[in-house]
Amino acid sequence: MSIKYYAKISGTGMCVPDKVLTNFDLEKIVDTTDEWIRTRTGMSERHIASENEAASDLTYKASLKAIKAARIRTKDIDMIIVATISGDYPFPSTACVLQQKLGLKGFPAFDISAGCTGWIYASNIAKQYIENGIAKNILVIGVEILTKITNWKDRGTCILFGDGAGATIISRAKPKDISRFIDSELSADGTQYDLLIQKAGGSRIPASKESVEENLHTVYMEGNKIFKNAVRSMYSACDIILKRNYLDVHSIDWLITHQANMRIIQALGKKLKIDEKKVIVNIEKYGNTSSATIPMALDEAIRDGKIQHGDLVLMASFGAGLTSGSLLLRI
Amino acid sequence: MDIKAKVTELIVEELGVEASEVTLEASFIEDLGADSLDTVELIMKFEEEFDLDIADADAEGLTTVGKAIEYLEKHLN
Repeated sequence: MSIKYYAKISGTGMCVPDKVLTNFDLEKIVDTTDEWIRTRTGMSERHIASENEAASDLTYKASLKAIKAARIRTKDIDMIIVATISGDYPFPSTACVLQQKLGLKGFPAFDISAGCTGWIYASNIAKQYIENGIAKNILVIGVEILTKITNWKDRGTCILFGDGAGATIISRAKPKDISRFIDSELSADGTQYDLLIQKAGGSRIPASKESVEENLHTVYMEGNKIFKNAVRSMYSACDIILKRNYLDVHSIDWLITHQANMRIIQALGKKLKIDEKKVIVNIEKYGNTSSATIPMALDEAIRDGKIQHGDLVLMASFGAGLTSGSLLLRI
Repeated sequence: MDIKAKVTELIVEELGVEASEVTLEASFIEDLGADSLDTVELIMKFEEEFDLDIADADAEGLTTVGKAIEYLEKHLN
């Protein structure tokens, strides 16, 4: 495919619920300690949705901030892609609910299911639609309310997740713009689909009294196997994209990885031999917000003045599927 | 290659223990203070240093220093 235009991130925004759940709060729910959680995950607290808060609510607020940052009008948006595995409803898509909230209609809106790699997958799709000239301003969001599908009796997983939304506007870059998507690399290993899974609620095991009693509607994860896969697949996605663009890891200004676990981020950083100061980490405040971690970390780093216009950023993620992917871009 | 010496070196580096503590009978979790993620990181380290793949099912059985050395000696020679 020939590229007619380049795509760039023109604005970002994020939203987390007001309610905060600290490690000390978790000590009262399951048999765990603040120290245990911090040493194994790097997390101190996470935000959790209230009873009447759903994915599209966070998405809407994050989107308004991204639209403002991109300096476009809401009606300039010509496509919406939401990456989520915990949308408002099994169907319709959260993207359509968001479209209604924004007072828009008449263009494509759809969700992407790629677990924690969701935003990387979604932004890669948006990139194609910008590059071939079909769309000009695509709203791409990673949002998750995982705490509503968390098994609160499993101390190995319930400590990990938080809720949040990260929104980005992916726009057509002007010819002289230095901001642009440079390259992307997506992959999946379906042979390991059952390592990270919500077992019931689909056509394999429809919702029933038994499926609820057996806790099959909550996140099931084989943590140790995921850990190994995460480090390996993100390293591979980064290595491929760096080599393909004749880049050394030292030429990267910032690395933003999926914020799943501090130990995974550290293991990946060590393997890539990247300077620790270049690795964006906000896991201590938000926990693992799945598909929202990368756009949230990007938004925060831009607003904090860490990531500046023109910086070369490498992003990498992995998630249920098992999916993985990387992105190389100039902000 | 002296597998035992290399394994000891990697354990000392990964777990921050003294070489004298790394006896054949020492359990990674019980005696050397490793947590579940440390053991995964250690297995990954072995795979990298010795350039081999350790299947998850095999890795679960490598609970002591001796068992890890025995496994590596068997699969490297």
